[in-house]
Amino acid sequence: MKENKVAQFRHGIVKGLPVCLGYIPVSFTFGIMAVSNGIPVWLAIFISLSNLTSAGQFAGTNLIVAGAGYFEIALTTFVINIRYMLMSLALSQKLKPSVRTRERLLMGYGITDEIFAIAITETEELSPAYMYGLILTPVLGWTGGTALGALVNGVLPASVSSAMGIALYAMFIAIIVPAAKKSWAVLGAILIAAALMCGMRFFTVFSCISEGFRIILATLISAGAMALLCPVEDGGETA
Amino acid sequence: MRVFVCVLLMALVTYIPRVLPITLLKRQLQSRFLKSFLYYVPYAVLAALTFPGIFWATGDITGAAVGTATAIILALCDKGLVVVAVGAIVAVFLTGVLL
Repeated sequence: MKENKVAQFRHGIVKGLPVCLGYIPVSFTFGIMAVSNGIPVWLAIFISLSNLTSAGQFAGTNLIVAGAGYFEIALTTFVINIRYMLMSLALSQKLKPSVRTRERLLMGYGITDEIFAIAITETEELSPAYMYGLILTPVLGWTGGTALGALVNGVLPASVSSAMGIALYAMFIAIIVPAAKKSWAVLGAILIAAALMCGMRFFTVFSCISEGFRIILATLISAGAMALLCPVEDGGETA
Repeated sequence: MRVFVCVLLMALVTYIPRVLPITLLKRQLQSRFLKSFLYYVPYAVLAALTFPGIFWATGDITGAAVGTATAIILALCDKGLVVVAVGAIVAVFLTGVLL
């Protein structure tokens, strides 16, 4: 672990910058979508700051606009976001037990798919200072992008903004592919999860399962199967 | 007012699953199965988030497929996050311009 808190924080900032940049086009789109549906600019920004999630807040905002009830909105958003429990669980194992509760409460706020992806691939223990740095710029990118989209209302050329839609997915590929290259077991986990997601998308029997539950199912089955087939030795490498 | 309450509810149900495990679980798990399971979770969940969703990420499946292939090739060459992301964006953009 880096020696002092400032260095850890700075290291987090550096690691978070690509995520921040990747968030801007997506949140920009959210800003446009929210305002064009009659959500005030300040509220669109507040949604991004308080929710800090893509699929969940897009779905929730659509439901708000459609006039859905409190329960439906809360349940839909919750289901989309349950996957964060698995990420939060995995991250808990990378913290020293001495990390305080209020520090954990703060870190929990910043567990997005992308921040999780960066944090979990760190080889060392995660310090609160590093996590705050890692979370800070993506939060600024997410809320700032929303503000831009909400205020400017759609000046990004369609070809550019649609091309940028691939950015966050490409970052996930940048994380999982090098790991798969080193370990057949990791490749197995990736292929099982992807195959399950594709299967649930293409076979209409599964159309009743929401996207949020699909991700959880695919993750549980894939990671569970690989944990049985290729248990990990202490120290993290596969047997 | 209704809208604001809805937003607060959304924030709450987003925060709860994020914060509970990391706050409540303050010790290292000992079970070999659970440790192995958590070792695979990042790869499984990121793969599940990426596939097949990535093919619909740009509004054009052909472009997205070219972008995906570009990203995989760059990642196989151990390029960093930014290079892979920018490479994929450029590939999608060029496919859109050329086709």
